[in-house]
Amino acid sequence: MPTFNLKINNETHTVEADMDTPLLWVLRDQLNFVGTKFGCGIGQCGACTIHIDGNAMRSCLLQVSQAEGMNITTIEGLSKDGDHPVQQAWKEVDVPQCGYCQAGQIMTASAFLKNNPNPNETEIRNAMHGNICRCAAYNSIEEAVKVAAKKIS
Amino acid sequence: MTPSKKIAFSRRSFLKTSALAGGGILIGFNVLNACNPKAEMPIDISKLNFNDFNAFIKISDEGKITIFSPNPEIGQGVKTSMPMIIAEELDVAWKDVYVVQAPLDTKNYTRQVAGGSQSIRKGWEALRQTGATAKQLLVNAAAAKWGVDASECNVKEGIITNAKGDKLGYGDVVKEAALLEIPENVSLKDTKDFTIIGEQIGNVDIDKIITGKPLFGLDYKEEGMLYASVLRPPAFGQVLESFDDSGAKSVSGVSQVLKFGNKIAVLANSTWAAMKGKKALKANWKQESQAESTAFHDTKLLEILNGKTFDTRRKDGDVKEAFAKADKVLERIYESPFLPHNCMEPMNFFANVKDEKIHLVGPIQTPAGTAKRVARHLKREENEVFLEMTRMGGGFGRRLYGDFVLEAAEISSLSKKPVKVVFSREDDMTAGTYRPAIKYKIAASIKDGKLTGYHLKEAAVNNNMYGLIPNFFPAGAVENYQVDTTNYKSNITTGAWRAPYTNFLASAEQSFFDELAELMGVDRIKLHMDLLEQVKTNPNPKVEYSPDRLQNVIKLAVEKSNWGKSEKGVYQGFSVYYCHNTHVAEVADITMENGIPSVKKVTCIVDCGIVVNPLGATNQVKGGVIDGIGHTMYSDFSFNNGVPESNNFNSYQLIRMGQTPKVDVHFVESDIDPTGLGEPTLPPIGAAVANAIYKATGKRLTKQPYMSNLNVDKKVMG
Ligand code: FES
Ligand code: FES
Repeated sequence: MPTFNLKINNETHTVEADMDTPLLWVLRDQLNFVGTKFGCGIGQCGACTIHIDGNAMRSCLLQVSQAEGMNITTIEGLSKDGDHPVQQAWKEVDVPQCGYCQAGQIMTASAFLKNNPNPNETEIRNAMHGNICRCAAYNSIEEAVKVAAKKIS
Repeated sequence: MTPSKKIAFSRRSFLKTSALAGGGILIGFNVLNACNPKAEMPIDISKLNFNDFNAFIKISDEGKITIFSPNPEIGQGVKTSMPMIIAEELDVAWKDVYVVQAPLDTKNYTRQVAGGSQSIRKGWEALRQTGATAKQLLVNAAAAKWGVDASECNVKEGIITNAKGDKLGYGDVVKEAALLEIPENVSLKDTKDFTIIGEQIGNVDIDKIITGKPLFGLDYKEEGMLYASVLRPPAFGQVLESFDDSGAKSVSGVSQVLKFGNKIAVLANSTWAAMKGKKALKANWKQESQAESTAFHDTKLLEILNGKTFDTRRKDGDVKEAFAKADKVLERIYESPFLPHNCMEPMNFFANVKDEKIHLVGPIQTPAGTAKRVARHLKREENEVFLEMTRMGGGFGRRLYGDFVLEAAEISSLSKKPVKVVFSREDDMTAGTYRPAIKYKIAASIKDGKLTGYHLKEAAVNNNMYGLIPNFFPAGAVENYQVDTTNYKSNITTGAWRAPYTNFLASAEQSFFDELAELMGVDRIKLHMDLLEQVKTNPNPKVEYSPDRLQNVIKLAVEKSNWGKSEKGVYQGFSVYYCHNTHVAEVADITMENGIPSVKKVTCIVDCGIVVNPLGATNQVKGGVIDGIGHTMYSDFSFNNGVPESNNFNSYQLIRMGQTPKVDVHFVESDIDPTGLGEPTLPPIGAAVANAIYKATGKRLTKQPYMSNLNVDKKVMG
């Protein structure tokens, strides 16, 4: 089996995996980064969102072989103590219900706000459209993105 | 205001104490059943015994309060509101309370959970009693120390004072308290003195959730554990005939393929390898019972709905006669599809079946019943099964059913390995216990401008509405009233889905009332208010709802939504419903965008008694409303020859942020005991939306999901 060197949260991890293994399962099963969630496996729900070189990506669609040499950030590495403005906004608004989708929501929102720290409502809705929340905490997610934007800008 | 209550409640039977070896007092309690009189209280915090107790409160020498609960969260905020109630009566500051989910115990197996998370409604009184009893115990200890009468002592935020002005913290008296008799007949607080209940308190797991800590079943791991992916019959009614596993076995990482019943499990060292192995299986299936399609269900349900064989569930007066004498009759049929639950966290469970013990870990809403089923299934003793619960990535009813736990246990038993069964989304959506397809026929008779008869018929797949539903509104409000049910037994597995039965029944009835008011030429709101007035003047002992509380939520909905005064281009629809002991009225504001309705705002008035945690409660109310809009407008699920026609989010629409309205929530101020919140705001919303769409388009929607029946593009929005 081939080996890959992955740079995750500023540390290099060496893993053995089949070329076509989605990064999601390497993160979860092999490296114990279980904050990244599995929801659909086909890029439709956003639960598995991570940052690749700062951009939000679906780890279920990215093969481990494609991820070598890239800067991978998972929810565990978004901040040191959960003090990223998006995480803090999520806490202030008390967004989570079951909480399962929230790591993905936070990763999408944080990448989005980095590029657009002052979004309007339509931009927020478009940016968050790919992340399903089955508990339908959408009102709170939307509000938390606004709160985070205020903290960032 | 409710006065302080003294309830005859033998606290000895549900509460026990012990002095902890490391200092402090430990209080164990059992809220729903009496404790086993022989139950031993541990003196070591690492030996908490959740077989005999629901939870433990530890009060340390420093007066810090820790609540240990084995019950994880399903998304209803119970893990936060339960300790709030205890802390309130214990009279401590919320900031001094720590809630700890007792950690998974993989070595001692001390956690044989006896019950699932209990609703606030059931636990309310007992949780208050627990807090109040613990407080009295501490006060008694302080009084004894001072040599004064306990009635002379006061408590505020964990500090006990006496008439002389002496002060003792809870921590100062824990040693003495642990030796005292447990007091009987303690007083509960007056609701107006609450300082924690009614405050906005955040989710106790928030830090773990936002930093991605392992909390959920899917995150659980053990040394040497294998992942299992299961191939199940692709169509309902099929059985396994033969299979070829050579392809699966050649997938790297796959260690074993085994058949059990009509299923085949692929075991591997990673989830991905197991899933890949499953895809490489070749299996032949035989259709053993009927291969049913949606068109077949439609025909069948209509046939029995229009037939003659029914169970009469309630009968007041004589509907036949009322209809015979009527000036006008309105009759409509309402139809709903099957629905999968689609919990965000797909079904999964860990099992390690060994000769000595069976260890099960994962997300399940019915731990006790499931543990029993596993014991029976594997022909083992119940006391050999140890089941531990993790946080759940959604439930919605799906996790009441332990099918996936039985699978994990059977695979572990056959392979003699620790195994975690993981459903893919496709597995989750196609091996469901679906909300059954249901059709209602509702008829009403009008005589001299009055509603004289109401006849509801239900034709459902597999099972009918539960016993209390026939006593919901309009029972008691119409002289001649009848509810009949009939069903068709299908081989498609069905079960409870958020707000079972009412999730569609409310849509049907509240759409019907909109049309009925129009036919009668009366105002929609007035019709309801008048009918409820009649219930008040002719009280009927067999109604579940409170006419006063329903009238009150209606009035508030009219006021808060600006009912009837919306701006041009905004269409409003109204709906009101009682279920799960909670009264709810809703108004949906919609606009039409290129012929497609868009819900902009929902005003939601909720009377659920005392709101324990407004922050969590608001979240749940909004979630229920938006979930309801999603499923009544967009989500469609059909079968073709027994095969589900959608299996992932590219072919099945779950509501997304762009489709959601702002939900404006108002709770009725109340000092009545709290009732359910996870479900009751969902049922009424479908009708509020349908009634608004009628105003905008002139089209009465009777079939869900509405978007599939509005002649608009049916594409799934990804
Ligand atoms: S799991 Fe990757 S998008 Fe759903
Ligand atoms: S909080 Fe449960 S899926 Fe989003």
